[in-house]
Amino acid sequence: MAATFTPLSGFLGGLLIGLAAVTLLIANGRIAGVSGIIGGLLRPAQGDAGWRILFVIGLWLGAVCSAAIRGGLFPVELETSLPVIVVAGLLVGIGTRMGSGCTSGHGVCGIARFSRRSLVATAVFMAAGIATVFVTRHLLQ
Amino acid sequence: MSHPAIDGAHSTRVQPLFALMSGVLFGLGLALSGMVNPTKVLAFLDIAGAWDPTLAFVMTGALAVATPAFNIILKGSRPWFADAFVLPTKIDLDWRLVLGAALFGVGWGLAGLCPGPAFADLVTARVSIAVFVAAMIIGMLVVDRLQRRTR
Repeated sequence: MAATFTPLSGFLGGLLIGLAAVTLLIANGRIAGVSGIIGGLLRPAQGDAGWRILFVIGLWLGAVCSAAIRGGLFPVELETSLPVIVVAGLLVGIGTRMGSGCTSGHGVCGIARFSRRSLVATAVFMAAGIATVFVTRHLLQ
Repeated sequence: MSHPAIDGAHSTRVQPLFALMSGVLFGLGLALSGMVNPTKVLAFLDIAGAWDPTLAFVMTGALAVATPAFNIILKGSRPWFADAFVLPTKIDLDWRLVLGAALFGVGWGLAGLCPGPAFADLVTARVSIAVFVAAMIIGMLVVDRLQRRTR
């Protein structure tokens, strides 16, 4: 599991993510936060589901297109055991709804508009993520 | 920022198109950045191990575009194809925000997956990703159910 540092593709990918957020805000007036877009689908208001579904389809199209461009699907290495995956999924679902956002909503869109709530949320989930990896990889191993 | 002249019927037809476009850009960006790979995300969070700072460069790229653009766009009166911007209304820091972000962070640190990459990774048709997304949706439904009851 050697870490490979890829700053250029990371930065370019980031530019595209920023462009995605700008597109949704300038055209539709919406925040490109994935947990918010998905969460809104669980109990959609009238006429509010279509754009959310299309965003998700777009996400898949983008992922598939990148696979076509690079000549193969991107690597997805998930070495976590299934019970831990279930717990992680539950925590991510509960946490993003309770905290009103995730990496994209708070970490990109919120910080971009200097939201104090998003700055705090991003600092907290980064710290909690770092602490969790420290415990699972360095204290429990 | 000028707004194209639009009528209501036109705007409801165009909105889904831009949502799709935004999703495609988002998916391409996630894939190119490598953030679709949980191992790479965990390597960012593992500051005491073989640290991979790539995620910081992804955030920098995204914010380099979004920060100036958002501040210009939000000075305008309305978006191109909608009546108004739909922005978060809460401004106060509360325990829900902090506890929610903390729980999310723990889940993120356990699997290396957050909602965007998790959904994008469904294209790999891996059972483990589908299980994560299913658990995530159940978690979201639980919170929605509880919050509706307390209101």
